[in-house]
Amino acid sequence: MAGARGLALKRPSAIPGFGLALGFTLTYLSLIVLIPLAGLVLKSATLGFSGFWDVVTGPRTLAALELSFFTSLAAATVNAVFGVIIAWVLIRYRFPGRRLLDAFVDLPFALPTAVAGIALTAIYAPNGWIGSLLDPFGIKVAYTRFGIAIALIFIGLPFVVRTVQPVLEEFDRELEEASATLGANRRQTVFRVMLPSLMPAILTGFALALARAVGEYGSVIFIAGNMPFYSEIAPLLIIIRLEEFGYAQAAAIGTAMLLISFGLLLFVHLVQAWQRRRFGNG
Amino acid sequence: MADVAVSPSVVLSLRGPSVTTEKPAVRVTLIVISVIFLGVFLLLPLAAVFVEAFRAGVGAYFAAITEPDALSAIKLTLLVAAIAVPSNVIFGLAASWAIAKFEFRGKSVLNSLIDLPFSVSPVISGLIYVLLFGAQGYFGPFLRSEGIQIIFALPGIVLATIFVTFPFVARELVPLMQEQGTQDEEAALSLGASGWKTFFKVTLPNIRWALLYGVVLCNARAMGEFGAVSVVSGHIRGKTNTMPLHVEILYNEYNFAAAFAVASLLALLALVTLVIKITLEWRYADQIVASRRH
Repeated sequence: MAGARGLALKRPSAIPGFGLALGFTLTYLSLIVLIPLAGLVLKSATLGFSGFWDVVTGPRTLAALELSFFTSLAAATVNAVFGVIIAWVLIRYRFPGRRLLDAFVDLPFALPTAVAGIALTAIYAPNGWIGSLLDPFGIKVAYTRFGIAIALIFIGLPFVVRTVQPVLEEFDRELEEASATLGANRRQTVFRVMLPSLMPAILTGFALALARAVGEYGSVIFIAGNMPFYSEIAPLLIIIRLEEFGYAQAAAIGTAMLLISFGLLLFVHLVQAWQRRRFGNG
Repeated sequence: MADVAVSPSVVLSLRGPSVTTEKPAVRVTLIVISVIFLGVFLLLPLAAVFVEAFRAGVGAYFAAITEPDALSAIKLTLLVAAIAVPSNVIFGLAASWAIAKFEFRGKSVLNSLIDLPFSVSPVISGLIYVLLFGAQGYFGPFLRSEGIQIIFALPGIVLATIFVTFPFVARELVPLMQEQGTQDEEAALSLGASGWKTFFKVTLPNIRWALLYGVVLCNARAMGEFGAVSVVSGHIRGKTNTMPLHVEILYNEYNFAAAFAVASLLALLALVTLVIKITLEWRYADQIVASRRH
């Protein structure tokens, strides 16, 4: 019996409905997600490898992919720094309005991206609340790459805060006390003892924010200005190619973007595996 | 800010109050930084939506949200959510039943495939259906000869919405049902209940708050989705425009007050979603396992 169990597809169980539940799950997953995504890869494969390469490394595509990637990187870095500070404040300190602030962190998950996009544009336009303060100094935010980064900071912030918070919450205070007993001052305890063990969570949040930002569309297009070679993000270029009926080109850019996001998620996975090996918390 | 409470572990500390916390000045500085950052990046945009919405007056506001194109956008958004959310609820229940109640090969692969749509750009989520069902897509010629329209019509919008909201319900239910195990169901079955009766009378009550939590998040995304729907909708006013697309059209026509008026409805939806989400997290934290993951 034990030997048969190793080979069997499913372990015997008294619960009914396995066939129906798994059958429905696999059918739905295939129809909605797997087959359409396979269609994308297949479509870009019709270009052949050199055709695919030509599209992806064409100057306008390359400019768009670089822009998407580097503004996302900048936004995720800002989010990593401030996300850790915010998570720290929300977990460690008690002050009036803390729970409200905590609840508010999820706003970017709940607010539709198009709404965020027009609101940010209104604020940072030269006559907007913040834009009019910056304009006398010659700083332009809306319709520049700065604006794109602002929108990406907005949508990426909760990822870092929400991945760091639970780890910080469960951090063993005895470690801090031990560090203090051994003569470390608070700064040394924070930077040498605590931050290193928060690092996997910070990196995970950073990569999740980055992956989300690379594909982001709704909040960015209003504030970006969308000038080719300067502020035209990769998702917008897909839509432009699609409107010209360049299906294969659109698919090729899409496939390149998917590869970037999957690379980032693989990175998250490796960080987490490394964390489990190093710290042994399954 | 002066009444920053002292942490309880101070009692245990060895060198006075500063061992496991920062100096008061540092604490206040960090709190101020957080409040300013969240204020500038989150609160200000939210406030801007409502201020801009009422800039042209209350009359213009209500005119903008009750004109025929706006009403048809609201109706379409509600219709799309009314199809997409229940579809993903049924999927979420089936997937979590299979994954949480049984041991089978490839389970972890299946579990990670469910999250796949979260890592796909919204634009790509729309693109894949255009490639399948668009005029020049794989099934385009066949659909045209049969007179079926999917892209630039309701079915395409529903498909794209289902794709982007695909994991919401399942990812709430799977970890919770895994934690709950199978004892309750086994007890019900051994007492003679049928499989469906067990599901409706035992399993469903056990997961109801997590299910509601998933539905609320799924619904917010379904009603607010922009990128994916924008690719498949065709932007036909009064016909295939959802609320976020209507906001875009008004905005691009420089009809800012009307754009923000419609946007304010979506912002209200976001606020209601947050309130329900927080209430569920506070009251039923133990029955919503993955509450911190969003």
